Amino acid sequence: MQTSTMKTPASQNSNADTILTVKGLKAKVADSDKQIIRGLDLTINAGEVHAIMGPNGSGKSTLSKILAGHPDYEVTDGTVDLEVNFRQKNLLEMLPEERARNGVFLAYQYPVEIPGVSNAEFLRAAFNEICKHQGADEMDPLEFDDFLKMKLKFLGMSEAFISRAVNVDFSGGEKKRNEILQMAVLSPRLAILDETDSGLDVDSLRIVSDGVNKLRTKNNAVVLITHYQRILNYIVPDRVHVLYKGQIIKSGDKSLALQIEEQGYDALIKEHQTSQETSAGGSLQG
Amino acid sequence: MTEPKSTPQPPKPELTSNDVQLTDREYKYGFVTDVEVEEFPKGLDEGIIRRLSAIKNEPDFVLEFRLKAFRHWQTMTEPKWAHVAYNEIDYQNLRYYSAPKKRGEGPKSLDEVDKEILDTFNRLGIPLTEQKRLTGVAVDAVFDSVSVGTTHQDVLKEHGVMFCSISEAIREHPELVKKYMGTVVPYKDNYFAALNSAVFTDGSFVYIPKGVRCPLELSTYFRINAAETGQFERTLIIADEGSHVSYLEGCTAPMRDENQLHAAVVELVALDNAEIKYSTVQNWYAGDKEGKGGIYNFVTKRGICTGHHSKISWTQVETGSAITWKYPSVILKGDHSIGEFYSVALTNNKMQADTGTKMVHIGRNTRSRIVSKGISADQSINSYRGQVKIMPSAEGARNHSQCDSLLVGDQCSANTFPYIEVKNKTATVEHEATTSKISSEQIFYLKSRGINEEGAISLLLNGFCKEVFKELPLEFSVEAVRLLEMKLEGSVG
Repeated sequence: MQTSTMKTPASQNSNADTILTVKGLKAKVADSDKQIIRGLDLTINAGEVHAIMGPNGSGKSTLSKILAGHPDYEVTDGTVDLEVNFRQKNLLEMLPEERARNGVFLAYQYPVEIPGVSNAEFLRAAFNEICKHQGADEMDPLEFDDFLKMKLKFLGMSEAFISRAVNVDFSGGEKKRNEILQMAVLSPRLAILDETDSGLDVDSLRIVSDGVNKLRTKNNAVVLITHYQRILNYIVPDRVHVLYKGQIIKSGDKSLALQIEEQGYDALIKEHQTSQETSAGGSLQG
Repeated sequence: MTEPKSTPQPPKPELTSNDVQLTDREYKYGFVTDVEVEEFPKGLDEGIIRRLSAIKNEPDFVLEFRLKAFRHWQTMTEPKWAHVAYNEIDYQNLRYYSAPKKRGEGPKSLDEVDKEILDTFNRLGIPLTEQKRLTGVAVDAVFDSVSVGTTHQDVLKEHGVMFCSISEAIREHPELVKKYMGTVVPYKDNYFAALNSAVFTDGSFVYIPKGVRCPLELSTYFRINAAETGQFERTLIIADEGSHVSYLEGCTAPMRDENQLHAAVVELVALDNAEIKYSTVQNWYAGDKEGKGGIYNFVTKRGICTGHHSKISWTQVETGSAITWKYPSVILKGDHSIGEFYSVALTNNKMQADTGTKMVHIGRNTRSRIVSKGISADQSINSYRGQVKIMPSAEGARNHSQCDSLLVGDQCSANTFPYIEVKNKTATVEHEATTSKISSEQIFYLKSRGINEEGAISLLLNGFCKEVFKELPLEFSVEAVRLLEMKLEGSVG
C-alpha cells in the first residue's frame, strides 16, 4: 500500500463506509459506436440514498444496467469499485451473478416474466446462491417458506405472491412490489431502483416507498433512478444528481429535486451548457 | 443395420473408452457389458420365429399369433408419413434374439443372477439385490431379449398383484394373456406393431385384481446391450375393476456407431373404475453430435378404457433415441372415462422426434387432456403429432390440448401437427399451441439475482416442463430434471 503513487482523498477509497466509487466511467452500446455514458463520477456511502434524475435518454437506465453487468453495454473507460468486506473490488471484472452475490441489486423498470417458476422457487434459488457465497447454510423449501412469509408480512404484502409464477400476469404495481420483495429477501448492500415509480398509482407508490424505507439501514445504500420528483416525497434522498448526456451535470441535496420540479430540466441544462462553453473557451486559450 | 450399400464394412477407427468419454461425455450410460450370450443368427423367417417360440416354451396360441403377424407383416410396407428421415432398415441384417447365457438351472432368485448383469443395473442406478433394491418400487429388469428378474415379488403376491415378464406370464397365466394380448394393438395395426407381434421377446406383464390399489410403484428397466440386435419388448397391463396401478419404464443402451432398432408394443386395459398411470423416462443412446449411431425408437403404445369411469394416464419424458416415433394413445370406450397424455420431448444434436398421442372418444362424457412440451436444441427436429377423434356416440365428450415448443438456438425446428375429427355436436375440443425461446433477458434477470447461467437455464426448463414433471412419481421427476440439464449443457448461450 505504501508504494502506491496515487494520492487518494481520505474520504474515498480508504473510507470503509464507501460502498460504490465510480470514476470517469464511459460506456457504449456493445457492438456499436453509440456512446451513452461519457465520463461519470459518483461516490455512494453506506446509509445514503442517492437520487439520479434526468430527462429521457440521458443514460439513467443504462447506468443501472451497466452496474448490474448487462451484456448489451460495454465499458470503454473509467473504474467502478465496490466495497466487499472492507476491501475495494473491481465491479467491472465481476460476472452479473457475482455482482449480485456481492450485494448489488437492480430493481428493474420492466421486470421479466419467468413462466412456470414460482416466486418461492426463484427466490430460494437466489437466496441460497448468496448463502453459498457467504459460506452460510442453505435453506430447505419449508424453512424458506417461513422466511418468505415473514418478509411478506414485514412489507404488508399478500402470501399469494409465494406461489405465483414470477411476474406472470402481474399488474404493473404488483411487478414493482415483487421487485421490492426480492430486495427484502436478498438484503443487498447496494440497491439500484430503476424508475420503480414509473407507472405506479399513488397507493402503489406509497406501498413500494414504504417497503424501501423499511429496508434502509446504516449499512446499505439506495440509488433511486427517476424521472419525477414525486417518489422523493416518500423516499427522501441525501443526494440528488442530474444526469444529462451521460454525465452528472449537477449534484445537490433534496432541494435540487424540488428546483427541477418547479423549473424543469431545461434551466439546468442551459446553465450547464453555458458553463461548458466558457470552460471550453478557456481551455482553448490555455 | 443401416450401413450405406457401397461400403459394406467401413473400417472403424479404433476408439478407446477415453475417446468416447470425451466426445460424448453427456451420455453416461453408454458402456457395454461383457457377458456370454446365447443368440440367434441374423435374419428373419418362420424358422426363426418357431425357434424363438420354442426357446420360450410358448403354448401354441402364441406361436400362431406370431406367425399370423409375421405373414401379415410381409405384406406391409414401412410407414413414411412421420417427419423424420433415415436410411432404410435391412430387417434381414438384424438379430432377433440375444440373451445372457444361462448357467445350469438358471438363477432361483435375483441374488443368483450373473454378477456382470447385476453390476450393469447397479451402474444404471437400479440395484436389484435384496439388500440394495429400491424401496417402494418393484423392478422388472430386462436385458436385451430377456427379463433377468423382478424385485419385491413377495409383497406383490400378498396383494394378488401379478408382475412378471411377459414370457413368464405366457407360461403361468396363459388365460389372461390369451384374453387380452393383441386386443388393444392388433397385430395388423401398423408395420412396427406387426413386426413386434411376430418377434417380441420380453417385456412386462401386470395384472391388478379387483379393488386392489397396487402397494408399490411398478417399474421395468430396459437395457439394450448386444450389438446388431433389435429389442422387441411387449408389455401388457390389465387393471381389473376398481384397481389402481402406477407403472414406470426406463431405458438406456450402449453407445454404438450403428443404429439399433427398438420396436415395442405396450397395451393397457382399464376396466370399470380402474386407473392406470404409465410413465416413461426414455434415454436410449441418441447418437453422437454428427448424428451417427443411436436407437430408432419405433413404438406403439395404446390403452383402452374399457370400463366406465376408468382412467389411463401416459406421462413421458423423452430425451434419447436418434429417432422417436411414438404416440401413446387412449381409446375412451367406457362412459365417463378419462385419458391423459403428458409429454416432455427433448431433442438436441441431430435427433429427430415425431411424437404425440391419439385420443379416441367413443363413450359418453369422456374426457381427455393433452399437455405436450417440446424442447429442441442444436440441429434437431421436434414434432408433435396428435389426433383427437370424437365418435358419433361420444355425447358430451371434452378434450383440451396444449402444445408448447421451446427453441434453444436458431438451427433447430419445432412442428405441431394436430388432427381433430369431431362427429358429435355436443363435444368440446380445444387446442392451444405456443412457441417460445429462452430469452437472454430472462437469463440476465436470473443472473442479476445471483443465479449462474446453468442454474438459470435449469429454472427456466423446469418452469416450462412443470405441468408434466409434476405427473411423474417424485423420485423420477428429480431424475428427469437432471437428465434435461445434462442434455442441454452447452446448448444455450
